[in-house]
Amino acid sequence: MSAALEKDGWFSSLAQWVLPLAILAVWQALSMIGFIPVRVLPAPTEVLAAGWKLLLSGELAKNIWVSFWRAIVGFAIGGGIGFMLGLANGLSRRSERYLDSTLQMIRNVPHLALIPLVILWFGIDEEAKIFLVALGVFFPIYINTLHGIRTVDTQLVEMGRTYGMSPGTLFWRVILPGALPSIFVGLRYALGIMWLTLIVAETIAASSGIGYMAMQAREFLLVDVVVLSIVIYALFGKLADSAARLLERLCLSWHPAFQKA
Amino acid sequence: MTQHFSPPPEAALERAAKGQPACSGHGLSITIENLQKSFGDHQVLRGIDLKIEPGQFVTIVGRSGCGKSTLLRLLVGLEKPTGGTFWFGEKAEAQLHRDDIRVMFQEPRLLPWASVLSNVEVGLGAERKSADARERALATLREVGLEDRRNDWPAILSGGQKQRVALARALVSEPGVLALDEPLGALDALTRISMQRLLERVWLDQGCTALLVTHDVAEAVTLADRVLVIEEGRIALDLAVNLPRPRERGAPEIAALEGRILRDLFRNAAAGEDA
Repeated sequence: MSAALEKDGWFSSLAQWVLPLAILAVWQALSMIGFIPVRVLPAPTEVLAAGWKLLLSGELAKNIWVSFWRAIVGFAIGGGIGFMLGLANGLSRRSERYLDSTLQMIRNVPHLALIPLVILWFGIDEEAKIFLVALGVFFPIYINTLHGIRTVDTQLVEMGRTYGMSPGTLFWRVILPGALPSIFVGLRYALGIMWLTLIVAETIAASSGIGYMAMQAREFLLVDVVVLSIVIYALFGKLADSAARLLERLCLSWHPAFQKA
Repeated sequence: MTQHFSPPPEAALERAAKGQPACSGHGLSITIENLQKSFGDHQVLRGIDLKIEPGQFVTIVGRSGCGKSTLLRLLVGLEKPTGGTFWFGEKAEAQLHRDDIRVMFQEPRLLPWASVLSNVEVGLGAERKSADARERALATLREVGLEDRRNDWPAILSGGQKQRVALARALVSEPGVLALDEPLGALDALTRISMQRLLERVWLDQGCTALLVTHDVAEAVTLADRVLVIEEGRIALDLAVNLPRPRERGAPEIAALEGRILRDLFRNAAAGEDA
């Protein structure tokens, strides 16, 4: 893919935008001739106008910031705990014996099914959303960290031991880098879960944030604001995934899959 | 792939030609007494007694499953013996520094996420953080002819180049004993021959004691001062090879020795099957 990019230059890097732009153009045209009623789906320009209005009132920035903050804090807590437990259970058989089957049992409970309980516990305060996001991102990170450490090349570990590496050196130079590709799979999967959980939690139990903005707009039949919220969620998701990919390319530049042709 | 290896130093060659150890002083002797190893009920090594002189190049041949790799793994500390004992150097009690024994595996086992140079630095062990670590790694990399690949990832090297990096990693700490577990087994015939020459040259340069496990009897005879044949966990043949170095591949003396070892291997095999 990268070879093709270099060959055709900037022109082919624009290729991925052709279809989305075409869809937007058709949507705009159909709205303008009245084929799509405004109450069903407002034109892209109207969505933009709604965004501009909310931006001027400061409401948009506030809600985006609140959602972003919830996502980051929830991700940091859940991902951090998942990563630590993944490391512990991957490195120590004893730790795995005591913890893993319990964690696997909890994993089988769909975390969104806990929403009623979470509302009872935390109300619709910040804790509720952060708790759900943390729970959602915990398992992909945990499982992939554990798997990554378990599948580190045993021949490399043996080499490290015979070459006199201390347990700490062995971890930093052999085990962690070897587990990294798998950890990144978990990271990208967790980012998807993070936004999904946040959307659901914010539409059901919130008094601010993008999801709350969409639900408010629904009450007043402001379809343009509802569509705007959906677009913002999509952009956030894309942004998070791109950031994870960039990080992956930086950390795994040694990996044959990321080497330039 | 063009490979240019400078000839071995004259002094070492002369010593080798006179049948003296090439050792410049830091090769360690190896003493093995009644060494045994079992996996469950299966006895792999049935009592090995052996004394290897410092700086000797000893090759161990035998058929698959005869215990030759197990012997090597015991010596480098990858397995624990079930009986008997062994030590390096003169005194049994002397505590050995880990960096004095280096092993080269059948696979290169390079860290894919570390550059060629920092893979060589792994061989320095605890001295990796010392001021001259980089210099020493570079010098060893130069010795195996890969200095210009120092910043590359191992993934883009050929099989032979990877093994040369692994050899540099094994040599960089100037070990007293170099243990080689069929390191050339996976290479093509031509790369194999140039690797054998490289091995001989660095061994003459460094004067370490070398212990090579191999399937290839011709390789064993070409490189060794002494060939050991292991059969069913015992030393079946202990043969000194007093031929001058550098040895020519396919020379009649080498072919004769090779034939003798092969006959021995097959006669014992036939006897074992008849019994």
